[in-house]
Amino acid sequence: MFSEFLQTHYDWDATTRQIMAMTASDVERALTREHLTDHDFMALVSPAAAPYLEQMAQKSKRLTEQRFGKTISMFIPMYITNACTNSCVYCGFNRHNKFERVVLTPEQIENECKAIKALGPFENLLIVTGEHPTLAGTDYIAQALRVCRPYFANLSIEVMPLSTEDYSRLTHEGLNGVICFQETYNRNRYKVYHPAGQKSKFEWRVDGFDRMGQAGVHKIGMGVLIGLEDWRTDVTMMARHLMYLRKRYWQTRYSVNFPRMRPSESGFQPNVVMTDRELAQLTFAFRIFDPDVDISYSTRENHEFRNNMATLGVTTMSAGSKVDPGGYATYTDSLEQFTISDPTSPAAVAADLRALGREPVWKDWDRVFN
Amino acid sequence: MSNLIIGGREFTSRLFVGTGKFRSNELMEAAIKASGSQMVTMAMKRIDMDNRNDDMLRHIAHEGIQLLPNTSGARNAEEAVLAAQLAREAFGTNFLKLEIHPDPKYLLPDPVETLRATEQLAKMGFVVLPYIQADPVLCKRLEEAGAATVMPLAAPIGSNKGLVTRELLKIIIAQSNVPVVVDAGLGAPSHAAEAMELGADAVLVNTAIAVAGDPVRMARAFAMATVAGREAYESGLGAVADHAEASSPLTSFLL
Repeated sequence: MFSEFLQTHYDWDATTRQIMAMTASDVERALTREHLTDHDFMALVSPAAAPYLEQMAQKSKRLTEQRFGKTISMFIPMYITNACTNSCVYCGFNRHNKFERVVLTPEQIENECKAIKALGPFENLLIVTGEHPTLAGTDYIAQALRVCRPYFANLSIEVMPLSTEDYSRLTHEGLNGVICFQETYNRNRYKVYHPAGQKSKFEWRVDGFDRMGQAGVHKIGMGVLIGLEDWRTDVTMMARHLMYLRKRYWQTRYSVNFPRMRPSESGFQPNVVMTDRELAQLTFAFRIFDPDVDISYSTRENHEFRNNMATLGVTTMSAGSKVDPGGYATYTDSLEQFTISDPTSPAAVAADLRALGREPVWKDWDRVFN
Repeated sequence: MSNLIIGGREFTSRLFVGTGKFRSNELMEAAIKASGSQMVTMAMKRIDMDNRNDDMLRHIAHEGIQLLPNTSGARNAEEAVLAAQLAREAFGTNFLKLEIHPDPKYLLPDPVETLRATEQLAKMGFVVLPYIQADPVLCKRLEEAGAATVMPLAAPIGSNKGLVTRELLKIIIAQSNVPVVVDAGLGAPSHAAEAMELGADAVLVNTAIAVAGDPVRMARAFAMATVAGREAYESGLGAVADHAEASSPLTSFLL
């Protein structure tokens, strides 16, 4: 499991020092390689790479076009419950926040499906829950998958980490992908942000990716929350985690996300603020490091920045997202998990992408493969 | 240039094209037209098969074009066979490009599953065009299993690296009783011409056209290169010598 591998191979502080010690020649070497190592990745996310942003953008664009073509895959999230037993200090769903929790019924979930289909020709659906083992356990998730299955070609979930058996069971219910954000790989600081609930267990969460791989989940989505710890170190750990997973679960596709923390109900403010320039550098670095990985931008990012990045390395985008349970049809005013920056409609996003010379791809999977 | 016959159908063009990665469906349509291709492959997973007006399909399905649905997404023989049956029903054709690549990173085909699926699909009456490694023995096995062609790769898909597998392709071409279509990795018209000069029966190109600055002109360039390579092959290329031919041969003493 990765938690042991991480413990034996990589030290957080040593990694941070290594990144900060990178030089221009490390960056130049990384830019000439075809197969990059984690050392090369560290060079590309280091401050030493800042003057090479244009070269990185050029290479990232070329690799993205070669592997993914001039397309952007479209998805939409559906929040089905905000019930949560965790108390993550930065999250609006924190159990200490007093508001009425929503757990959508199968009928309500079906109404949400219909409302989403009216918004745009979405075929990739991401079902999101809070982490509540009793109210939003595996049975509830399985039921939601069964309700959504007839409406969408590809179903992913972003839920609490599950056991191998549960991932396997859901895969048989038509599940294609699982997204789980580790939030931070800094084991010593992890509990500061995640003090209670199942999510406070670093090992259980980080080893969830091995369990997904063992269960044969088709696509695994990873992510660190930018704003907690030093982002350069966190994304390096994620890159190493990705290398580890690719070698073991070679039939699985991978995606990475770098959500920048936004203000939420809890009032927690980010420890680190990442600039647009830095997010661009990180996106290019990941593309150059792993030309095949899906890089996903959500509506957390503002419209103009998303458009600018759409041709340079990003391969998946959401549009028209509501980040509150029942937000499409059932409750249109319940509490959001975070504030979205880009409220543009799916049709307008698609039109923007076409104007940028990118074909929005709504369907890239078929139920027959489940 | 002679015509190519696959599955009882005659093709005057020896350039097959793929439909992924284009920046719009309109541009894809224009590039297909410019390529003169009569065999166009598309991933069935990209098409909404319940929708007769699917935008992508609308821009592909034209008079004179043989649709070649592919099973991209399938990871084993069972999935591929199911997908093939759906494709046959949805697109009304027996032609099938069999793609089984369980490795989503390099999209390298699984030889074991591909052979199994070919055996089953050929028995079910499909015209099977399997995408495979440039493995001469595997090609013979596929031929015996009933494949209509073999489609060995020149280089990893989308890599634009050209005929990396050249020596193996030569053996495959020399041994094959079915048409050999060189698929994947052809990055420039010169690569296509080279494959045709080696004696390939056709080439399949997608990324190099779709991602070009001007896909329509690039499609035309590939069409010309494919014809040039085939014409050269059919007209009998001169042998390439590594050394000068001596005017006084070593055997001149043998009167």
